Amino acid sequence: MSTFWSVFIIVLVVGQVVGALWLLQAFTRAPRAPQADTTGHTWDGDLKEYNNPLPRWWLVLFWLTALWLVVYLLLYPGLGSFQGLRGWSQQNQYAEEVAAAQARYGDVYAAFADLPLAELADNPEAVRLGRNLFLNRCATCHGSDARGARGFPNLTDDAWLWGSAPETIQATITNGRVGVMPALGAALGEQGLNEVVAYLLSLSGRGAADPAAVQAGQQKFLQYCSACHGPQAQGNQMLGAPNLTDDDWLHGSSEEAIRDVILNGRQNQMPAQKDFLTADQIRTLVAYVLSLQQG
Amino acid sequence: MEKSQTYNDTVVRQFAVMTVVWGIVGMAVGVLIAAQLIWPSLNMDLPWLHFGRLRPLHTNAVIFAFGGCALFATSYYVVQRTCHVRLFAGPLAAFTFWGWQLVIVLAAVTLPLGLTQGKEYAELIWPIDVLITVVWVAYAIVFFGTIATRRVKHIYVANWFYAAFIITVALLHVVNSLAIPVGALQSYPIYAGVVDAMVQWWYGHNAVGFFLTAGFLGMMYYFVPKQAGRPVYSYRLSVVHFWALISIYMWAGPHHLHYTTLPDWAQSLGMVFSLMLLAPSWGGMINGIMTLSGAWHKLRSDPILKFMIVSLSFYGMSTFEGPMMSIKTVNALSHYTDWTIGHVHSGALGWVAMISMGSLYTLVPRVFGRESMYSEKAIDLHFWVSTIGVVLYIASMWIAGVMQGLMWRAVNVDGTLTYSFIESLKATYPYYGVRLLGGSLFLVGTLIMAWNVWKTIAGGERNAVQAVTEPA
Repeated sequence: MSTFWSVFIIVLVVGQVVGALWLLQAFTRAPRAPQADTTGHTWDGDLKEYNNPLPRWWLVLFWLTALWLVVYLLLYPGLGSFQGLRGWSQQNQYAEEVAAAQARYGDVYAAFADLPLAELADNPEAVRLGRNLFLNRCATCHGSDARGARGFPNLTDDAWLWGSAPETIQATITNGRVGVMPALGAALGEQGLNEVVAYLLSLSGRGAADPAAVQAGQQKFLQYCSACHGPQAQGNQMLGAPNLTDDDWLHGSSEEAIRDVILNGRQNQMPAQKDFLTADQIRTLVAYVLSLQQG
Repeated sequence: MEKSQTYNDTVVRQFAVMTVVWGIVGMAVGVLIAAQLIWPSLNMDLPWLHFGRLRPLHTNAVIFAFGGCALFATSYYVVQRTCHVRLFAGPLAAFTFWGWQLVIVLAAVTLPLGLTQGKEYAELIWPIDVLITVVWVAYAIVFFGTIATRRVKHIYVANWFYAAFIITVALLHVVNSLAIPVGALQSYPIYAGVVDAMVQWWYGHNAVGFFLTAGFLGMMYYFVPKQAGRPVYSYRLSVVHFWALISIYMWAGPHHLHYTTLPDWAQSLGMVFSLMLLAPSWGGMINGIMTLSGAWHKLRSDPILKFMIVSLSFYGMSTFEGPMMSIKTVNALSHYTDWTIGHVHSGALGWVAMISMGSLYTLVPRVFGRESMYSEKAIDLHFWVSTIGVVLYIASMWIAGVMQGLMWRAVNVDGTLTYSFIESLKATYPYYGVRLLGGSLFLVGTLIMAWNVWKTIAGGERNAVQAVTEPA
């Protein structure tokens, strides 16, 4: 904040408070009129005003709030760029609360820091901690039962976009993932789109498409899709490209849903958790996700 | 009788009747969306019945249609009586009526269609914003023209508050709605990011302060002493609390943005001035309630006074609750919970609606040339039904809000959150039921009022043309 604006704010604040208190003082000192007397003005036939003194308890209340304002603005930010004697800021408060939480809860998770990830899945305490974290941070998308929803992967089945190795899951949670399916509608054209859809449906044993369309679709698939999904359409976990030959369809298995994904593409994001959870916490989360595989 | 020597009550009658009509509409939409929170399928899977579209319709209808019409009606009535002169620029006053009704109808069409600016309490799209500005300037000309041509030296205290309300709402509306149109129905605000948020809540909180507080205090300052037949308690208290209220309110907006990217200094100022607003706010309550001192017995027999006194009590309560909720540590619990909804409704139903109803019960018979309302028993019934409704509404939302706040911050021994959001929602269901009941009762009360007003005015105005009272 520049000096000008700082001074501007201070002048306005001080002016407001002094002005209000001056008003209060001026009318407190005004001569006390006896109750029976009105101000002498009459409106609309019978509207008159007494001029009773300001109630004392009300004056005290007013002065106390003003006093509180002065004390608060000495201790906390408010008067322009003056930061207040306590050096408080909401960023500091946040940092302190996070540090306090770490100090208080850190040991709970640190207990599992030295155990191998694969073993943690068999440790009920680690799994319980991981499940609590999951309900806080993951359930919104993946569901409280971890079975996902359209566009949000089911974590209880054996279809894995990026891989199910403990270290891979740990990396996914820690750093997040961005899955991109490019929009291919323009490249394929209407007929090409129909052919690729026919081919994909045939891979999972569905659709009574004519063989010529399936064949043409396969050619298009090899040209446009196989770089990521592989020549056999079995996907590539290095790229997060899904296997298209199983019965697991993240964005829907209907013909229309598949067509829409190819036509418009998809941008899917798993948010990174490293800024919100400690490495130890993430390890228990991995334990919970792994435990789902055993259920 | 020469026309200039009579009051222009045509526009008052029009606004008074529409206050009741829009009150029913706005409250009925509120009841519907309260029911949707319990049974979501009540949106019939239709986009224009979706909660997200009807909620702004509800707020706009009750604040600007119901509350707005009540302010127009009473301010036109009061400014003539207390200036001892006919309303200035009659045709312009008629224009404000038809213009304001057009604004309301346009809002009722555009909001369900999903046409919105996305700013709370300022949702209406830019062409309607322009129309509002034109109507408001006409309103200011009529009101201040009447003040300027007054036949008494002193300006009555009710008019100070109406004047502050008219001037400030113009300022708030224009500044907050500044936008660059990109088509007939769409525009972008000229502010970005946290500046946009700050301007929005400077507007939003002062809409509460000037539309819903100062305007209705104007109403209070005329109709309470009039109905009680007693002088206003303290002239000097009205001077002090008027100037303190209108100046300090300007600072309070940032308390809507605690613990956001708004700089700390702005949050602090919003908080400390919100607390300093307590005494000036209570000044109005004291002046209203103490006006009755010496006439307390009238409360037993006059249901209109009951409306006024209870409204002042709710005013005092919500203007105490507001500063408390602006304290950061309290706000950290209350923000984003239903406590806020309870707070708003203790002000909107308890204060704004009940002072309007009390004032209308005083005003309607007078401008339609009747001795009194058709049924005093119905007023009493309305009073009890709506008071119970408000109490159920705000008590359920208090409990729900505090419960939500506590559930959201509850942590397990491992530091994880104890409850998911959906669990707190599930726990809120019973309170949503009580809230729906409270809101429905309030609507029923308004329907009783509508029946009573209908019976009172049936047959049109009789000998309703009133001569301007000679100044004392």
